[in-house]
Amino acid sequence: MPVIELTNEDAGYRGATVLSGVTLRVADQERIALVGASGVGKSTLLRMIYAQCQDRASLIPQEFGLVQSLTVFHNVYMGQLHEHSVWRNLHNLLRPVARDVSAVRDVVDGLRLDDKLFTAVGELSGGQQQRTAIGRALFHTGDIVLGDEPVSNVDEHQARRILDVLGERKKTCILAMHDRALALDFADRLIGLKDGRIVLDEPTAGMTPSDLDHLYFT
Amino acid sequence: MAFIAVALICAIFADFEITTVHPWQELTRLLHGVVTPDFYATDNLGGALAYTLAFALLGVAFGNVFGFILSLLFFSRIVRTGCAFVRAVHELFWALIFLQLFGLSPLTGILAIGIPYAGIIAKVYAEILEEADPSPLQAMPPSTGRMSAFLFVRLPDAWAHFTTYSMYRLECGLRSSAVLGFVGLPTLGFHLESAFSQGLYSEVSALLILFYLIIASMRVWMRRFALPVYLIGAAAILPWGLSFTADNIWRFLTHDIVPYPLRAAPAETGETLARLNEWLQTMLFEQALPGAAITIQLTMIALVCSGLLTLLFFPLISPLLLGRSARTLGHTCLVIIRSTPEYILAYVLLQLWGPSMLPAIVALALHNGGIIGHLVGRYTEAITLRVDACRGIRRYAYEILPRVYRQMLALLFYRWEVIMRETAILGILGISTLGFYIDSAFADLRFDRAVFLILVTALLNIAVDIISRQIRARLRLQTRMERQ
Repeated sequence: MPVIELTNEDAGYRGATVLSGVTLRVADQERIALVGASGVGKSTLLRMIYAQCQDRASLIPQEFGLVQSLTVFHNVYMGQLHEHSVWRNLHNLLRPVARDVSAVRDVVDGLRLDDKLFTAVGELSGGQQQRTAIGRALFHTGDIVLGDEPVSNVDEHQARRILDVLGERKKTCILAMHDRALALDFADRLIGLKDGRIVLDEPTAGMTPSDLDHLYFT
Repeated sequence: MAFIAVALICAIFADFEITTVHPWQELTRLLHGVVTPDFYATDNLGGALAYTLAFALLGVAFGNVFGFILSLLFFSRIVRTGCAFVRAVHELFWALIFLQLFGLSPLTGILAIGIPYAGIIAKVYAEILEEADPSPLQAMPPSTGRMSAFLFVRLPDAWAHFTTYSMYRLECGLRSSAVLGFVGLPTLGFHLESAFSQGLYSEVSALLILFYLIIASMRVWMRRFALPVYLIGAAAILPWGLSFTADNIWRFLTHDIVPYPLRAAPAETGETLARLNEWLQTMLFEQALPGAAITIQLTMIALVCSGLLTLLFFPLISPLLLGRSARTLGHTCLVIIRSTPEYILAYVLLQLWGPSMLPAIVALALHNGGIIGHLVGRYTEAITLRVDACRGIRRYAYEILPRVYRQMLALLFYRWEVIMRETAILGILGISTLGFYIDSAFADLRFDRAVFLILVTALLNIAVDIISRQIRARLRLQTRMERQ
């Protein structure tokens, strides 16, 4: 039983077709990396996938989608906004509930944000903001995570740690990535996009970064 | 260009005569008063200050609460139209109406400020909420409730804008509250008017200095934690004992404001209609149209003069044109110019020069030029010039003015409607704009006429608002206005 199933679908952005003839099946427990030159439609493909599984998936958008004037705690807590009553949410907004604070703290533990928990997101660096967005996705109770360049703003060492955490906590991961080596290490299946189509869909075993050159050069 | 031409044509027909016998002598006495303020001349000065603050605080609080609720319903056409209407009627006209309903009860002052402010705040808050960054919504679990999504995504970013805008509104509220004294409420304006009419200029300057101090120190005393204390205190000191009767309100709403011919004993339908027709003819051709013509004439001249003064004022606070000490002086001048309510400014000039259009135009141009000059000056702070840019008047004309010109136009068009509303109000001082006829109607207890003319004024304001919005859209002028 696949988690996601797209059959010969097109997708566009503001009237222009970006991707055409997309056929894709994703099974449970897969770790997939989306690669391809910038502007090729990785974000569009992620949106198509998200539309199919949004009830059980969390999304890490490229521009993070954080509320700048709220703290890290509040932004992470937003991953479970739909599971609590309005009153509980309001209470947390005005004065964080101890139980929720410790739950959030558990999640951001591996993200090195514990000392920034009550700092407004607007005051954080790009890397810290990105980790907050990852924290929100982890706090979400769904078992699928979709990420659009989720580790683009952190150094490689940290990127690997974060990817490990994502892999541990979420059963199915679909991440768009620009670092080919990192993508090959993390994923067990690779989807390559070029000229608005899926041109590569193979297991990563045995692949090297230079095997992907043809995706980037014409 | 067309606007300048219109203003010139209007100016040809305008009445600029200075009719007082000794304008210079009066001015000398006024200036003498300015340098010799007398803080002990006014009876119950503390009370007047407290009432001014209380009406402003409660009125703005009322406007904020209802404005916020209405901003959430702003998608509804009825709410939008209703808000446009209540904000098209000036606070003083609301005060004149509520005086008939509630007499001198505190409700009059609070509602006169609160109701038009609710209309303005609803519009501004709705725009702020609309501008909140929508990207967090895309990452939000889709089954999140609307209320929770609003609380976490829309509200937090908007909140900071709400508080800064509320501070600005409170400043406006203080001005409005002071001016309400001119129609009889016990605020600063009441004492100001009586001191003026007796020529006690030392007292006048003391009152004005206190008023400036309150506004200038607002950021010091206005703190979030203190707000509940202020509001409770404000509610406590107002004289709630003054009663009003429901009968009175009912009679005003169902009888007094109904056009006179419809009120009389039921005659034949034809005869009633004929009388109503006559009433309408009188109102339209003898009052509404002449009043509207003068209002428009004055507005256009004042608008263009505001623009000219802006050109003169904004360099005063621009770091690109003046040094630090000169700028401090410029800031002080602009603060004084724009904190003085234009109504009081016009009143002062009227005392000096006698009734003509001149005091109104100068007052409106100074006040609005001061406000727009301040905002444009702040815009120039964001400009970085190349190192070898020219200096002095050349820098002003070639480097700076072209860069801020569009914003300046946008702000001017935005203020157009405000100037129109103010122009109508200045009629109360005796200049024959719409406000003059409205005030006379209230004085003669002809409330049907007053309400009819207020409606005309409101429609005129709404029309100007629509035209100005269309012009701004056509010229693609950006307004990020009044959110300082």
